[in-house]
Amino acid sequence: MPEKLLCASSDLSDTTVKICEVDGVEIGIIRHNGDVVAYKNVCPHQGGPVCEGLRMPRVCVEFDDQQRALQQNFDESEMHFVCPWHGWEFKMETGEAVGDPKIRLKRYKVTERDGEVYVEI
Amino acid sequence: MSLTGNTMNFSTDNDPAIKEFNTTKLLKNARKQAEDRNYKDFFICDVDSHHYETEALPEILQYMDDPVMRHLGLSAGNVGRAGLIPQAIGSQDMAGRVTRYAGRNKEVVPEKPHRDITLTRRWMDAMGVDMACLFPTPMLLLATHPQVEVEVAMARAYNRWLCERILEEDKRIVSMVYLPMNEPHEAEKMIDEFAEKKGVVGFLSTGYLKRPVHDSVNMRIYAKLEEHGMPLGFHAAYHWADTSLAQLNKFISVHALGFSFCNIIHMTNWVLNGMPERFPKLNTMWIESGLAWVPFLMQRLDNEYMMRTSDAPLLKKKPSDYMREMFYSSQPIELVDNKEALEVTFKMMNAESQLLYSSDYPHWDMDLPSTIHDIPFLDETAKRNILGGNAQKLFNLDPVMSEWKLEARKQG
Repeated sequence: MPEKLLCASSDLSDTTVKICEVDGVEIGIIRHNGDVVAYKNVCPHQGGPVCEGLRMPRVCVEFDDQQRALQQNFDESEMHFVCPWHGWEFKMETGEAVGDPKIRLKRYKVTERDGEVYVEI
Repeated sequence: MSLTGNTMNFSTDNDPAIKEFNTTKLLKNARKQAEDRNYKDFFICDVDSHHYETEALPEILQYMDDPVMRHLGLSAGNVGRAGLIPQAIGSQDMAGRVTRYAGRNKEVVPEKPHRDITLTRRWMDAMGVDMACLFPTPMLLLATHPQVEVEVAMARAYNRWLCERILEEDKRIVSMVYLPMNEPHEAEKMIDEFAEKKGVVGFLSTGYLKRPVHDSVNMRIYAKLEEHGMPLGFHAAYHWADTSLAQLNKFISVHALGFSFCNIIHMTNWVLNGMPERFPKLNTMWIESGLAWVPFLMQRLDNEYMMRTSDAPLLKKKPSDYMREMFYSSQPIELVDNKEALEVTFKMMNAESQLLYSSDYPHWDMDLPSTIHDIPFLDETAKRNILGGNAQKLFNLDPVMSEWKLEARKQG
């Protein structure tokens, strides 16, 4: 698969998604848990710019020992892309939809070398 | 006990998704869909879209007759609106996840035309919508206001403002204007005042009403609508205080059930009390309840009707036969893993002639035209009917195509 230059390594952060266009395809790229992840910026639901929304942690519920709900909390070990159009959430680590892991963002393989980031597309 | 500082804020105004908000940019992928799917050759009419009328409340109140209510609305900045328009509990924006809620008031528009026209045109042009039927947002709960005189005064002021400031100015925007069903004689006057106004294509009953739709005091409203040849829309809403929904503890629950439940109640009363027999020329459109409730209700009512025809003596055919002659807006169309059910639903409701595309934009569960265009079991004619042709017939529209489509056609 041909490799294309995406951006400089210094362009990437772990707080803001960088949106790059390669051959007419928008790709969102961000550092996440020491890795670099890149996904097509199109939500599989209705096509929203999924990488341009908020990044939110998984919401979980804490129980007591009798399964009574105590409170909700954020689990920052599992961060999500949130599509800004409708709120569909996807795990940043895998691209899986939180509601149904069969639905995934299209992921691209990226390589960092010599201060630059390349994508296979 | 030590308290942890609440440092987490995942949707601050500084987030790039919000701070430079622009509708055209947010919807760039919608525009690409419109171009890829060749919408330039489709007439697309969106029969249920919204604006946030409370952002223009000071303007709207200039059209209000009652000076005391006008003062109430203008008092204490925007706080005064709480006395006029019921406030709904619920996180439509999903705690900031749907960014257009937080971003909207930061969007920069030119001085002219009216801000609401610019914002509406931006999403219409992005999605490939040529004409849109525009409705208010907070006022969808106005019928629950405990003071019926406030509902009437707000409705009249809003309708006047809408006609003069929006509909008069843009021929691509139309509306079914607010009908205060809780005060029937005022509703009748409203029909006379607005039926012939430019861009008025029908009248709208909203959400939960204080009396059932078949109440005898409403009959003159329906007769008058029939005389004017104006359709009546039933725009659903959720109302968490409704006793049947009060046990639901989550917004998703009350939203998912409430919107359908609202129209299920009205439709059941409408059909079983023989309203289609009493007003055979009155077209009705059932708005924003999704589609899945339609086959559900058809089956339930038909099954019981055949055992208890004496309970519904005005009917000359099965409830589903009447429902199949009514019109329905498409959003929020249920599209997750249900193609077979969806196909049956389309068949049961005669979707090719009775279903009208709606986006509900800018609300959180909006649908793009591709939700209809991409349905695999629809042929070209059905797609064109649902996306625009059925609305053209129901509203007797003179289609106005968007400028970008006309330009694209010129360029081949």
